Amino acid sequence: MWVYEKKLQYPVRVNKCDPRMAKFLIEQYGGADGELAAALRYLNQRYTLPDRVIGIVNDIGTEELAHLEMIATMVYKLTKDATAEQMKEAGLGPHYADHDKALYFHNAAGVPFTATYFNAKGDPITDLYEDIAAEEKARATYQWLINMTDDPDLKDGLQFLREREVVHSQRFREAVEILKEERDAKRLF
Amino acid sequence: MYTYRKAYRPFVSPNDPCPPMWVKTYETPPQLYLGFQPYGMPQFPPMEALRWGTLWPALFAPYSNPYKQKRMGGYRWNGQMNGSRYTNS
Repeated sequence: MWVYEKKLQYPVRVNKCDPRMAKFLIEQYGGADGELAAALRYLNQRYTLPDRVIGIVNDIGTEELAHLEMIATMVYKLTKDATAEQMKEAGLGPHYADHDKALYFHNAAGVPFTATYFNAKGDPITDLYEDIAAEEKARATYQWLINMTDDPDLKDGLQFLREREVVHSQRFREAVEILKEERDAKRLF
Repeated sequence: MYTYRKAYRPFVSPNDPCPPMWVKTYETPPQLYLGFQPYGMPQFPPMEALRWGTLWPALFAPYSNPYKQKRMGGYRWNGQMNGSRYTNS
């Protein structure tokens, strides 16, 4: 169960009307390494992971939903007042024909979202390694997105999201360390 | 202290169709080096932490477009051949 806070995790501001950037950003919405894939992956894996790391996966999966909202807001703002002509020019003609301005879970190339983007192997190390890889892939995606925009406000939001990927990767790496730990060994700090 | 961006010189052929990028870079962010985070590390004040996306300066590594730095990604080769040393100009 979740408690919803009616605000974004980090303020999303967009300076420039740039529907083309929305086309690229949608990669993080419905792409293989996007926030939806991340949220579903973690929230699904948490049932079968060892007790000691369920909390980490649960918290991070929840946060990914907050990131999903941020991306959605960015895409929405970037396309909100674009005309059909502008959508066409930005390469969003096919999207507009099918969805108008509605958001849809597909990647930057228009391929619809699929559950095959993530796995649940049931082997804790395997699953956590996939999670680490997913965070690094999302981090890289944010880097390429940052490279493609000059809008300082949009960049600011993307920077925040990228930094969260760094922190999540660190926490998953620690989860692996927790599972590697010898149960009876003395802990020294 | 680690560098969070590494640079290397790719092979450049006289027959390459595009103008060469002499130096290529890749990111090596802090989580690659930290291991299990020790207790008692320094923290950002709460407001700054919310701003930067992390409570921990040790995990804070902002990214900027390497292609936008002064010419050729802004990295001058410092002559060392181990593939990881560069100076940011």
